Amino acid sequence: MVPPSLQPAAGPSETPRIAVEARNASKAFGQGDALTRALDDVSVAIRKGEFFTLLGPSGCGKTTLLRLIAGFDTPTGGSILLNGRDITADPPNRRPVNTVFQSYALFPHLTVLQNIRFGLDMLGRKRAEADARAAEMLALVRLEGFASRRTAQLSGGQQQRVALARALAPEPEVLLLDEPLSALDLKLRKEMQRELKRLQRETGITFVFVTHDQEEALTMSDRIGVMQGGRILQIGPPREIYNQPANRFVADFIGETNFLDGEVGAIAGDTATIELAAGSVTVRSAGLDRGQKVTLAIRPEQVRIGEAEGLPAVVTGNVYFGTDTHCHLELSGGAGVVARLQSAADDATPLGEGTAVRVSFTPGSVQVLAD
Amino acid sequence: MPPAGTPATTEATIEAGRIRRNWLLAAPALALLLIGASGPLLIVLVYSFLEPGDYSGVIWKFTPRAWFEIFLKRDIFDGTLGVADAHLTIFWRSVRLSLLTTLITILLGFPTAWFIATRPRSQRALWLFLITIPFWTNLLIRTFAIMEVIRNQGVMNTVLLQAGLIAEPIQILYTDTAVLIGMTYVYLPLMVLPLYAAIDRFDFRLAEAGYDLYASRLQVLRRVILPLVRPGLIAGSILVFVPSLGAYVTPRVLGGGKNMMIGNFIELQFGQGRNWPLGAALSMLLLLIVMAALLVYVRVSGRENPHG
Amino acid sequence: MAERRPFSVTRLPGFTAIALVTFALLYAPIVTLVAYSFNGSESIAVWGGFSWRWYGIAWQNTAVQEATVRSLVIATAAAAIAGTVATLAALGTTRTDRFRGRTLIYVLVNQPLMVPEIVTAVALLIFFSGIRLATGYAGLGYLILAHSAFCVPFAYLPIRARLEGMDLSLETAASDLYADRFQTFRHVTLPLMAPGIVAGVMLAFIISLDDVVITEFVKSAGQDTLPTYMLGQLRRAVTPEVNAISTALLALTVLLLTMFFLLTRKRD
Ligand SMILES: Nc1ncnc2c1ncn2[C@@H]1O[C@H](COP(=O)(O)OP(=O)(O)O)[C@@H](O)[C@H]1O
Ligand SMILES: [Mg+2]
Repeated sequence: MVPPSLQPAAGPSETPRIAVEARNASKAFGQGDALTRALDDVSVAIRKGEFFTLLGPSGCGKTTLLRLIAGFDTPTGGSILLNGRDITADPPNRRPVNTVFQSYALFPHLTVLQNIRFGLDMLGRKRAEADARAAEMLALVRLEGFASRRTAQLSGGQQQRVALARALAPEPEVLLLDEPLSALDLKLRKEMQRELKRLQRETGITFVFVTHDQEEALTMSDRIGVMQGGRILQIGPPREIYNQPANRFVADFIGETNFLDGEVGAIAGDTATIELAAGSVTVRSAGLDRGQKVTLAIRPEQVRIGEAEGLPAVVTGNVYFGTDTHCHLELSGGAGVVARLQSAADDATPLGEGTAVRVSFTPGSVQVLAD
Repeated sequence: MPPAGTPATTEATIEAGRIRRNWLLAAPALALLLIGASGPLLIVLVYSFLEPGDYSGVIWKFTPRAWFEIFLKRDIFDGTLGVADAHLTIFWRSVRLSLLTTLITILLGFPTAWFIATRPRSQRALWLFLITIPFWTNLLIRTFAIMEVIRNQGVMNTVLLQAGLIAEPIQILYTDTAVLIGMTYVYLPLMVLPLYAAIDRFDFRLAEAGYDLYASRLQVLRRVILPLVRPGLIAGSILVFVPSLGAYVTPRVLGGGKNMMIGNFIELQFGQGRNWPLGAALSMLLLLIVMAALLVYVRVSGRENPHG
Repeated sequence: MAERRPFSVTRLPGFTAIALVTFALLYAPIVTLVAYSFNGSESIAVWGGFSWRWYGIAWQNTAVQEATVRSLVIATAAAAIAGTVATLAALGTTRTDRFRGRTLIYVLVNQPLMVPEIVTAVALLIFFSGIRLATGYAGLGYLILAHSAFCVPFAYLPIRARLEGMDLSLETAASDLYADRFQTFRHVTLPLMAPGIVAGVMLAFIISLDDVVITEFVKSAGQDTLPTYMLGQLRRAVTPEVNAISTALLALTVLLLTMFFLLTRKRD
């Protein structure tokens, strides 16, 4: 299977308009032995009005990319474009891009209203206009009664809303959000996730959202860019990222995945046979060559346990999760596989340890990753 | 990625600009301190190698005489060199009183700092404030306050006399004891504050672990607490010892004319003694001792920091 | 030992007693000094009933008046100068990567804390007497210069502490919200560091007001400040007038310190 192109694929009929773009952007910190390539030749084009998420483990360069877009740092290579114009050399105060900081960075010496007005004041907006806009923003984030509070008197969720209102007030072309929800507890986080989606829909502003939480990325985004080690590994809509991971890292990082090593056997027209230690599996043949070493990626919910056909396996244990049970199996040949079995109301006792079974996979669910 | 040519130079330029800006910002302070504090120290160094003038000041002629004069004196009758025992008495008094002051401030200051650090959070600021008030109160006023207490007709003697415990007032004022009491009094907060800071950082779960492992209170104090608050103890000792050694006001007021310490002896050379080079040499010696103490402190605390 | 107290990990035997005695010893002399300032008797030795008498005498003493004004003038000037240069220096030495010479700046700025006062006093005596001889100038300038210099670290430390405790992302946020460098400084950095500056200036003021040694060595004839005036008085037969002056000075210090504490605590 061909990994989806790293360049954002424009649809065949309409060309989506690009809001902000990084072209071969690199950022290195330090020199010599202490050199860190925080970003390594990253290219990404974010479309107007979309909710784009940068997803990746801590330290993979997400913040660095956001800071390059915001203008807080200058790239050591490549360029940043806004509406097709090169803004690499512009200072942050000249870029119509605003940031919601991870720590919120609310001005402690100003009130909520003064915080929200700050950008408008700096832009030299008229008093009345700024007042009206700030009031509108307060209403948008549902903090009408809090205008004259000090920011220290607010709860975490409220501070978060002020930070949002402050960044939205000047009507930026792009809103950058650096793990804005990571400091909130689970319940509040869920609430703010919905809130953010609503704000994005209502304002139509392009959101670039950073998170290391794959579930958050899957539920909120129009498209996701998965990052690792200063590079973007895959860009695509949540379903594509989940169902057709481009490589082992993406498959492993997003959701749970079983990996099985094998080799391409016979190819017949559309289908190819992958030879595993435990037997063979049939997949689509596109892009595969005979004898090629590959890894199969299969989500646990696509693993079926039966008695008649499939790969021979033995049950090694069960872990109960409430909504479902994870059944751990060992294929003949030694590879481990996890199957997720949905709990039914009349849930019978799980298969006991040592039970010999046959394992098969939902047709079309097996992803072939070239090694 | 091509080896970043232009952007790298931009970064270097930005970096250079930032450093220049930092230096420009610091420049007024540095100029002020060079004129009003550090620079003149060099003049003192130069003066310590000149000859004393007839009435005051110096004659511009190089001689290391003042440095020898610190320890040696020439007999006025037979011209032989001998040890300047009057000077040594003064040095010895300075060092002895400073060490004693440090010791007593530790004995009083450690329990005090411990007490403050173990108050409930809400009370702590108040107790700290109570330590800080004497700390910021004019040193002269505090010395004067001690004088009021220990004078022959002072509070202490009056109370003791009226209680019939003594028949005669005890003469404390104008003795070494008076200087010791005074220095302990004025420098005590300098011991308490760093000790407090150290104890405040101390993780009491470590003491709990000590007790859990069968240590007695004394053992926990010696084996767990003291090693961990040692940096504070060293800082406090330096903060007390250094100004004690250079003390001027307290020995002058409480010690009278006879019980001089180095500071008063230095002043004497610029006044009645009319020996500026000797005063300059003594000042430099004092500075050297203090710098050595600070260096030891930096070494010790530097060595301890990496371990937390 | 009949009763046992419940175990407390923070308790060490005898420490509380020593601490309380220490506090008592710390305050007894000050209380005595203040009490005697209200002594109606002629002599410092005999208690002659409560009276404001010595405050009146001190108030009308022209030498005290002049010394007070001089002390305040010097302290105000020194605090202003030290506060200004310390603010700039703090801006140049905090929130920036290490740069060559930063340690040197630290050492120079904090030098007055490390060198014994008597040594600085002697150095300034020699230096200024030379200048006085050469230029003939004998005004308050020497004292103001000397005081400004040794007040710098006291002004610098709280300002630097304030700056270092300041969230760097606040200024980044300001630039994100269209503030240029000057606007960022004016609307974010300066208001946020203001409590540190006020605290530093106040400390510098107290330090200048309290100085004895350097002033004693640097002052020209007839340039007594309040502390050096008092030091001169202590050589003679002391009257409760000195107590009255001391108490007034003490009250001023406590007032400033209380303000300082409130100022530095409120924002945390
Ligand atoms: N100012 C900096 N100096 C040196 N290294 C940095 C700096 N900022 C980030 N890095 C390094 O760059 C890499 C990426 O950092 P970052 O973009 O913050 O990651 P993320 O936001 O994905 O957690 C990390 O290895 C980090 O240590
Ligand atoms: Mg980050």
